[in-house]
Amino acid sequence: MQTQTEAGWRLDLFLLPLIVFLGFCAGLSEAALSPDPAMAIQGWTFAACMAFIGCWYLWMYSSRQPADERGPYTDGVIKAGVVAAVFWGIAGMLVGLIIALQLCFPHIFYVPDWAWSSFGRLRPLHTSAVIFAFGGNVLIATSFYVVQRTCKARLWGGSLPWFVFWGYNTFIILAGTGYLLGITQAREYAEPEWYADIWLTIVWVSYLLTFLGAIWKRKEPHIYVANWFYLAFIVTIAILHIVNNLAMPVSLLDSKSYSLFSGVQDALIQWWYGHNAVGFFLTAGFLGIVYYFIPKRAERPVYSYRLSIIHFWSLIFIYIWAGPHHLLYTALPEWVQTLGMTFSIILWMPSWGGMINGLMTLSGAWDKLRTDPVLRMMIVSLAFYGMATFEGPAMSIKTVNALSHYTNWTIGHVHSGALGWVGYVSFGALYCLGPWLWKKKLYSNALVEWHFWISTLGIVLYITSMWVAGIMQGLMWRAYNDFGFLEYSFVEVVQAMHPYYIIRAIGGALYLAGALIMAYNLWRTARDGEPVPAALPHPVSNILAGEAA
Amino acid sequence: MSEKKEIDDLSGTETTGHEWDGIKELNTPLPRWWITIFYACIVWAIGYWIVMPAWPTLNGYTHGLFNHSQRDDVTAKVAALQFARADREKELAHASLTQIQSNPDLLQFAQAEGKAAFGDNCAPCHGSGGQGAHGYPNLNDDVWLWGGKLSDIQHTITVGVRSTAPDTRSSQMPAFGRDAILKPEQVDDLTEYVVHLSGRAADAGAIRRAAPLFADNCAACHGPQGKGNRQYGAPNLTDNEWLYGPTRDDIHDQIWNGHGGVMPTWGGRLSPETIKSLAVYVHGLGGGE
Repeated sequence: MQTQTEAGWRLDLFLLPLIVFLGFCAGLSEAALSPDPAMAIQGWTFAACMAFIGCWYLWMYSSRQPADERGPYTDGVIKAGVVAAVFWGIAGMLVGLIIALQLCFPHIFYVPDWAWSSFGRLRPLHTSAVIFAFGGNVLIATSFYVVQRTCKARLWGGSLPWFVFWGYNTFIILAGTGYLLGITQAREYAEPEWYADIWLTIVWVSYLLTFLGAIWKRKEPHIYVANWFYLAFIVTIAILHIVNNLAMPVSLLDSKSYSLFSGVQDALIQWWYGHNAVGFFLTAGFLGIVYYFIPKRAERPVYSYRLSIIHFWSLIFIYIWAGPHHLLYTALPEWVQTLGMTFSIILWMPSWGGMINGLMTLSGAWDKLRTDPVLRMMIVSLAFYGMATFEGPAMSIKTVNALSHYTNWTIGHVHSGALGWVGYVSFGALYCLGPWLWKKKLYSNALVEWHFWISTLGIVLYITSMWVAGIMQGLMWRAYNDFGFLEYSFVEVVQAMHPYYIIRAIGGALYLAGALIMAYNLWRTARDGEPVPAALPHPVSNILAGEAA
Repeated sequence: MSEKKEIDDLSGTETTGHEWDGIKELNTPLPRWWITIFYACIVWAIGYWIVMPAWPTLNGYTHGLFNHSQRDDVTAKVAALQFARADREKELAHASLTQIQSNPDLLQFAQAEGKAAFGDNCAPCHGSGGQGAHGYPNLNDDVWLWGGKLSDIQHTITVGVRSTAPDTRSSQMPAFGRDAILKPEQVDDLTEYVVHLSGRAADAGAIRRAAPLFADNCAACHGPQGKGNRQYGAPNLTDNEWLYGPTRDDIHDQIWNGHGGVMPTWGGRLSPETIKSLAVYVHGLGGGE
C-alpha cells in the first residue's frame, strides 16, 4: 500500500475550508441580525466552531505532509473520535444522572431561576448526548477503522474524514446548546431545529462519501459484512433525518420552524424516524462493531456467513415497518397499528441473528471470557441485545403495550438496550481501539474488570427497578374499584414510583462510575502504556507484513 | 487475500474462503430453530392480517374476518362502565347531601367517586390525603375558612375561592405593610397581638399599642375577639391553626402582604353528581360539621 502524497492542488483543501468559511459567515450573520437572542447565541456558537475548524485546517496543512496522511490508513481522526466518544459519553451519562435525581428529589434539584436546568431541557440533552454524541462518535470512529482495514484502502477525500468529525461534533454542540436555550422542534430524538438539521445533512453526506470512497477503492474482492451494516446505517439515517425534518422555518433569522406534516401523519413520520433511529443507528451501526471487533478479539472466524446475509437483509427490510408500534391505541388507523405490531414480531429472529452470529463466533474460544474482560463486555452486550430485542417485539403486542406504554417499563427497556447493548459494545470497541491506535498495551486489565462488574451491577439495578416500577405503574393506572371508579390517582402512582426512582439513580451512578474508570484507563494507556513490540500480532503490522510478503 | 476454502479445526466447518484483515467466515448453515421460529412468526403475522384490519387498499383497508374496530371497543367499554354506575349516579343526582349521608350504600358509592375525583383534581394542592400544605388548607381538621357543613363544602367546590366564577367566594385581606396602610412598627405590634391571641406569650407593650389598631383594621373581618368570620373566609386567629405558618415571621409576612389563595371553580368542569360526591368525601375526611 502506498501512502497518498498528492502534491499541489487538492480539491478537498479548497472545497472543505470554503464550506467552513461559508458556515462561519452564516453563523456571524445570524449572530448579528437575528432578533431572537437564543438564535443569536446559536449563531455565535456556530461561528466559533467554524473558526476553530478553519484554524485547524491552517495548522494541520501548514506542514507539507499532515501527520494523518503518513501511515497506510487515516487513523488520526479515529483517535480524535475515541477521545470525543469518551468525553461525550461521560457528559451524557452525567446529565442522565442529574435528571434521574431531579425525578427522585424534585424539591432539591429544581432551580426556577435557571430555566436551562429544568427537566424538559436536560432530558433531550441526555438522550442526544448519549445516542448521537457518544454513540455517533463511536460509530464514526469504528466505521472509519473497520472500513479501512477490511477494504485495505484509505478513507476517501483527503481531509474529508476530519471534516466529518469536526462537522459532526459541531452539530452536537449546536444541538446541545440549543436545548439549553429552549430551542426544540419537539420531535423525540430529532429535537434540533432546521439550521442544525441542514448542517447535519451536509456532514452526513460527507460521511457517506468518505465511507463509500473507501469501499469503492477497496483491494478486496468482497465487501465485509461489518461494512454492509455500517453502510445501511449511514444511508438509512440520511433518509430518516431528511424526511422527518422537512420543515419550513418562520424566517431565516428565527430558530422556529413548522413541520411539513401535521396530525397523525406527523406522528407516524416521527415514529417511523424514531424507531428506525433505534434500528439503524443503535442496532445496525453497532452490529457493524460486533462483526469486526468480536472475531478480531476472539481470533475466531465468524460463525455463519449465511446467517449474516439472511439476518442482514431481513433486519433491513423488516425494521423499517415497525415504527407504528410506538402509536398503538392512538388516532393512528388500526390497520397501520396491525402492520407495525406484526412486523415487530417478525423482526424478532432477524434481530437475534446478529446475537447468534456474535455469540457463536466464540465457540472454541469460550475460555477467553474468563481472561479477557474486554471480550466479555462485548459478549455480555450481545446478551443484553438479545434480551432487549425479545422484549421489544413482546412490548409491541397490543395487549402488552396497553399495560407497558407510557410507563417506566419503556424506560427500563430502552436502557437495557442502551446501557447493556450499545454501551457495552462501545466500551469493548473503545478498549480495543485505544491500544490498537496508540500502539500501547492496555494500562490495566484489572480496571476493566472493575468497570465491567460495577456497571453490570448498575445496569441490573436500573432495569429491574424500572421493570417493577413500570408494571406497577401500568397496573395502578388501570385499577378500578368495585364501584367503577379509578382506584388510584395520578399523584398516588407518582408517589409509589419514588423508591424505584432512587434505585434507578443509584444504578445510573454506578454505570457512570464505570465509564469514568474506563476514561482513566484509556488515558493512562495513551499516556504511559507499555509500547507494543513490533512482533506482536497487530492489525496494522499484520497488513504491512501481508503487503511485504 | 486467499480464496481458498479450508476446514476450521475447532468446529470442523468449512470456511467461505474469504478473508478480511485476518477475519474469516465459517459456512455454517442457518440454525434450524432460528429459521423455524422466523417462519412461524411470519405465518402468525399472515394469520393476524387475515383476522384483523391490516392492509391498505385503493379506497380503504382490509377489515379482517371480524370487522374489528378499536373505536367500537373503547366506546363499548366506556358505555359498560357508565351503565354499571348509572343507577347510583341517578340516585346521586336526586338525593340531597344529607340523604346521601344517611343511605349507607349510596354513601359508599359517593365516597368512592369523591376519592377518585379528589385524587385527580384536588390532591395537587390539598395533598393526596387532604392534609394541605403552606397556603393550602388542611381538609382533615375541623378548621374551616368558608364553613364545614356539607352545603358549605359543596358551594365552595362549585364556585371556588377568588376564582373566575361570577359568584365566587371572595375576600381580600389588605397588604397592610406593602401598601403602607400601616407603619412598619404597627405591623410589628400587630404581629405580637396576633401571637397573643393564639394564647402564646407576647410583648405586653406591643399588645397594648396594637389593641386599637386591631379593632380598627382587623376586627371587621376577624371579629373583635379574633374568632374569625366564615362569611369572609376570615380565619379564626385564636385556634393556633395557621394557613400561612405559625411563627412570628410567618404572621408578620401575612399582615404585611395579605396573601389570599385561589381555588378554581369546579362547577363547569365536574358534574353536579361528582361535586356532591366530593363534598361528601371531603366532609368525611374527619372535620365535617
